[in-house]
Amino acid sequence: MTEAAQKKTPLYDEHVKRGAKMVPFAGWLMPVQYTSIVEEHQAVRKNVGMFDISHMGQLIIDGNEARDWLNTMLTNNIDKLEVGQGQYTFLLNERGGIIDDLIAYRIGDAKFLLVVNASCTDEDFAWLDRHRPSNIRLGDRSAHFGGVAIQGPRVSELFVNLPARNHIVDLELDEMPISMARTGYTGEDGVEVFFSKGDAVKFWNAVLEQGRDLGIKPCGLGARDTLRLEMCYPLNGSDLSPERNPIEAGLGFFVDLTKPNFIGRDVLLKTKENGPREKLVPFKMIDKGPPPRPHYSVFANGERIGEVTSGTSSPSLNWGVGMAYINAPYAKVGAKIDIEIRGQKFPATIEKKPLYKKS
Amino acid sequence: MNVPDNLLYTESHEWIKREGDKIRVGITDHAQSELTDVVYVELPKMDRQANAKEAIAVVESVKAASDIYAPVKGTVVEVNKALEADPGLINREPFGQGWIFVLKIDKPDDLKNLKDAATYKKQIG
Repeated sequence: MTEAAQKKTPLYDEHVKRGAKMVPFAGWLMPVQYTSIVEEHQAVRKNVGMFDISHMGQLIIDGNEARDWLNTMLTNNIDKLEVGQGQYTFLLNERGGIIDDLIAYRIGDAKFLLVVNASCTDEDFAWLDRHRPSNIRLGDRSAHFGGVAIQGPRVSELFVNLPARNHIVDLELDEMPISMARTGYTGEDGVEVFFSKGDAVKFWNAVLEQGRDLGIKPCGLGARDTLRLEMCYPLNGSDLSPERNPIEAGLGFFVDLTKPNFIGRDVLLKTKENGPREKLVPFKMIDKGPPPRPHYSVFANGERIGEVTSGTSSPSLNWGVGMAYINAPYAKVGAKIDIEIRGQKFPATIEKKPLYKKS
Repeated sequence: MNVPDNLLYTESHEWIKREGDKIRVGITDHAQSELTDVVYVELPKMDRQANAKEAIAVVESVKAASDIYAPVKGTVVEVNKALEADPGLINREPFGQGWIFVLKIDKPDDLKNLKDAATYKKQIG
């Protein structure tokens, strides 16, 4: 896709004004960094940082039967949501493979907001629409909305009355109607805020102004990736794909197999029963050397056992970390594996989630 | 962006300083600012012979690994061991302590193919 064909979020001009380096991502031109990935990463770990997430998709599902129907489309149990509450969940294909990972919020008695990956918005919509009974309405409001994630331990100094964890509330700030959810992708306390496209610039600048004394920084996709990887949060397209199911990815917690029926359930039951062939595991390099990267091969005792899906030099640990799919018998915490980097093998240890814990 | 006049440059953002029959090589201020946060440098092996435009070192930032090329044909006679302990030297002093390797060159005439500061400045806009 050429640069001209990439979509721009309502905050595009603000990013450019602040000197962000813009890169194509999932069909959008997004800031990868403003000053430095490490600086932005540390701002989120120590103070607070703000990310443009306007590229993410927002689907609305509405109708008396919406709850029961969504429970057949998504892996987690929607019945557990009270109004104003959200949950992390998966949209699977018939083979149990992951189409998308998303957060489903119950925003009314029979009304739901799905916040989905930018690269999957159209596909998710088409998949849901194809399976939708005629009495349930499905809408894509992505084009009319903007969003930001404000993340970091000092976020509670920025807003009074934060919603409870995983809850979403509608409120008004500076005459802007917004929805604020206590969710995020960084492992820090934080909120994700959605607003009408026309309010995006005003909201963005108001938060940066308000947060100045707290050391707030605008942050790019680079820091978003290192922050989520330290927490072992998966990235769809890297760690998740239509060829992988949530059990293999170690995310069975977000699948309710006691539900009588949802797309992909049979395959997941079988995977659970027989055990997955491969598992996604976090790992940490043993020596300070080159950082692991996606697609590097993983070895054990000289035999190729898998492939890295995410890898970087963790800014918090200042050390190489990653996640890899490896043959299940090798997937034991504490076990030693080798990562092949430019023809040379470097030892690593399989770790528990998360790779980074707050001291 | 700093582009010293006394150096030569490549399309791939290496700088070259002539020192007799040798050249000292690093990456430009522009290159380091694009990469940011260099976390690891794989130095070339001593005595390695390299052709022009052959990848002989790797600079890794948080985000990605980037190959560093021999600007002209030559033999590696010095490598900057200090980068192993402190790869951030490339960010802090790209034209100084952040140099990467020294090549003994076969033909000084090869240097004519490199860019001068004015041409490189145009390239990076």
